Amino acid sequence: MAGIFSAAAHIPYLKMERKAIGGAWERGSLAGCRSVAGSDEDSLTMAAEAAGACLEAAGREAVRGLYFASTTAPYKEKASAAMLATVLDLDSAMETLDLGNSLRSGLSALKLALDTAADGGKVLVASGEKRLAYPRSDQEQLFGDAGAAVLVGGGDAPVAYLGGYAVSDEITDVWRTQEDTYVQSWEGRFVTGEGYLRVTAQAIKGLLSQTGLKPEDINKATIPAPDPRSAMGILKKTGLTEAGQAVDSMLEQVGFCGAAHPLVMLAAVLEQAQPGEKILLAAYGDGAQALLFEVKAQPVLPAVSLAQQLENRRAINSYARFLSFNGLVEPQPGEPFRLVPSATVTWRERDSLLRCRGSKCQACGTAAFPIQRICDNCRSVDQFETVRLSGMAGEVFTFSRDNLAGRPDDPVVVQTVVQMENGARFYGLMTDADPTQVELGTPVRLTLRRMHDLGGFHNYFWKCRPVR
Amino acid sequence: MGSIKDKVAIIGMGCSQFGERWDAGMSDLAIEASSEAFKDAGVGIEDIEACFFSTVYAPMGGTGSSAAADALKLRDIPIIRNENWCTSGHIALFEACMAVASGMYDVVMALGVEKLKDTGYPGLGMGRGMNPVLEARRTAPGSFALIAKRYFDTYGLTNEQGKELIGRIAVKNHDNGSRTPKAHFHNKVTLDKVLSAPVIAWPLGLFDCCGNSDGAACAIVTRADMAKNFRDDPIYLKGVGVAMDSTMPHLRPNFDWIHFGALMNSSRKAYEMAGITNPREELDLAEVHDCFTITELAIYENFGFSKPGGAIEDIRSGFFEIGGGLPVNIDGGLKCFGHPIGASGLRMTYEIYKQLQQKVDNPERQVKNPRLGLSHTFGGPPQISAVAILGNEKG
Repeated sequence: MAGIFSAAAHIPYLKMERKAIGGAWERGSLAGCRSVAGSDEDSLTMAAEAAGACLEAAGREAVRGLYFASTTAPYKEKASAAMLATVLDLDSAMETLDLGNSLRSGLSALKLALDTAADGGKVLVASGEKRLAYPRSDQEQLFGDAGAAVLVGGGDAPVAYLGGYAVSDEITDVWRTQEDTYVQSWEGRFVTGEGYLRVTAQAIKGLLSQTGLKPEDINKATIPAPDPRSAMGILKKTGLTEAGQAVDSMLEQVGFCGAAHPLVMLAAVLEQAQPGEKILLAAYGDGAQALLFEVKAQPVLPAVSLAQQLENRRAINSYARFLSFNGLVEPQPGEPFRLVPSATVTWRERDSLLRCRGSKCQACGTAAFPIQRICDNCRSVDQFETVRLSGMAGEVFTFSRDNLAGRPDDPVVVQTVVQMENGARFYGLMTDADPTQVELGTPVRLTLRRMHDLGGFHNYFWKCRPVR
Repeated sequence: MGSIKDKVAIIGMGCSQFGERWDAGMSDLAIEASSEAFKDAGVGIEDIEACFFSTVYAPMGGTGSSAAADALKLRDIPIIRNENWCTSGHIALFEACMAVASGMYDVVMALGVEKLKDTGYPGLGMGRGMNPVLEARRTAPGSFALIAKRYFDTYGLTNEQGKELIGRIAVKNHDNGSRTPKAHFHNKVTLDKVLSAPVIAWPLGLFDCCGNSDGAACAIVTRADMAKNFRDDPIYLKGVGVAMDSTMPHLRPNFDWIHFGALMNSSRKAYEMAGITNPREELDLAEVHDCFTITELAIYENFGFSKPGGAIEDIRSGFFEIGGGLPVNIDGGLKCFGHPIGASGLRMTYEIYKQLQQKVDNPERQVKNPRLGLSHTFGGPPQISAVAILGNEKG
């Protein structure tokens, strides 16, 4: 039987208090804060961050498939899963697939992986979401940005998959047309009552009935909801009301992260899960799906816990910057980029630029990034092996806080030279940091980010960030 | 390696007014600098057998050397353009000297011109290189500032002590600029003002960064044995040293961001050719590449003006100030004279040339009886260095 080996979530470094959003409109605000993707993050990079954490913990061996799910993939035409497989430095002999359009697609991808993972082979499911709500709407405060990943496989996975129940349902409750920037929705009471509550309950009850379980047999009811009222409502409607049964919906501190949300909650619940516990995981969107798992043994946990991630965040208070990060206002442009975007260069140098591989001289051992054909130390030609630097420990060797280099809405760039554990140096930009807290020796890791959109396409590369 | 010591002489130089030259285009700047040089040398454009032309920001593709040809109506001679970042002006001079020393030409010119203020932006933009992402958002101040924190920590300076130390270099160069009519900036600044200025790329503040200026400079070069046919006080080339290195020094495991191979090797080569064993004592003045104050500090030590870590005491004691043991950037340096990139190497050489002739345009900054002076530029991010040592006596 297939199951889960590991799961990880990426909660962006930035958060925004909801009162700062409500306050900007001089309207009421909800409690808590929402996560905010940085100016260099999108659904793909957030998924990559989570997937990287997952693989660092559980290993990269035998990954035969990668499914990416999002309603906000960076491209309409061009798969993110292939990019993800590359930046995760996975073998190219694998199945890659993008799923989208539905808020249920994250869980659908997990179901598909569980159904297709063969013994000995693993499938990585990754999701990232960065949905745009109308300025001033409730959703603007309620939505959050996040990424998550789950490593699935056949055989003796620590978290066994016991079964699933799916419902398909046609309803125009929440949508975006091809032309829409913002999420649209019909009247709230209709959306909640005839959409979310009715259909999600149908899937959960169907699963319980199919597996012969009663609500009280579930130890962890992991049910994403788009708002706090729905989160309460679905528990009541399905009888999952035992004390300690409901898993925190993460709306208060993160917000609703669309297709990624069930996987974010799964990563959270696996950090707590005890052997013997039964986990119900559901998702809603154009129908609903409910999956049942049983924890057989402790799954492999990522190096940085969700609690650590939530603890180590930085608040932005500027609503103008929030809008700008989301591309909704256009601040005065800074000085021009003197860069030459090139699909061919990016493709030809993908081992360095995307796979994050450096070279190690086989004659003298000198390590370098990016890959060098001639060793800078001993000048041996084409005598090198490549070594992946993503996931490797590093520390700040030197830095400057550059006020000229940044975007107008994110003006301070920490130019950084990183001493990697294997002796290589990474010379690039720092992200997800309080620039005033950087010192020589600050421990960092590399993380994939969107650098710029010159050439009309997204140019991704690696930055460093302090360990959270 | 051979030597061209005393084989080549500069017989005329010119330098435009530097600054925000809204009134002048590339051609105007080239005409301004070259006219002064021709007059100074007593030659006409018809005497020029080859032109070595440096500019950085004129488009590299599709313009060739036409900016110099069109401006000066240079015809029927080779014009050879180079772009080597901030060292371009020195490389043009180097090429001119090599061309004459080879015996191929008798009279050639080196011309450096840069028109930066036609872009609509106060700075140079960001990002470098041919790669779409590797050097994204790289800037000159952000790159050179990487030296600072390494230096501070290596020599036990607090951030505040470090900022104050490099701030003294800004104060010195502003003081020097106030006595230099052709400089971009003439204002003196206090250390307090330097330290409270806006941060550009921490730890570098506004006054730690050089001016972004328009300007041009020009040298007329001939064979040393012909030089006195043109004037009584030609200035002789004593030594040159050029060293390139990777712009990615971080590929080297032990690169420490304080010691730069290009700086050390370019100066060593120039000293050897000039027969200098103790630059701190033998040089009478130096114009070095103070694109940022921290760069000037690093150069003191890489050039052997100060011992490792010794720049701290030398700066505090005023060793590099006018009247000190070795005045550096006595015309205000890049900081105040300005830094039109492709022209700077020739502008710095212009100051040494005028000083050695004791003909600087403001006697207040004239060094007493100088014999040997050094000019230098350093580009990159920091791995291209060129040094010229000039003297007023042959042999």
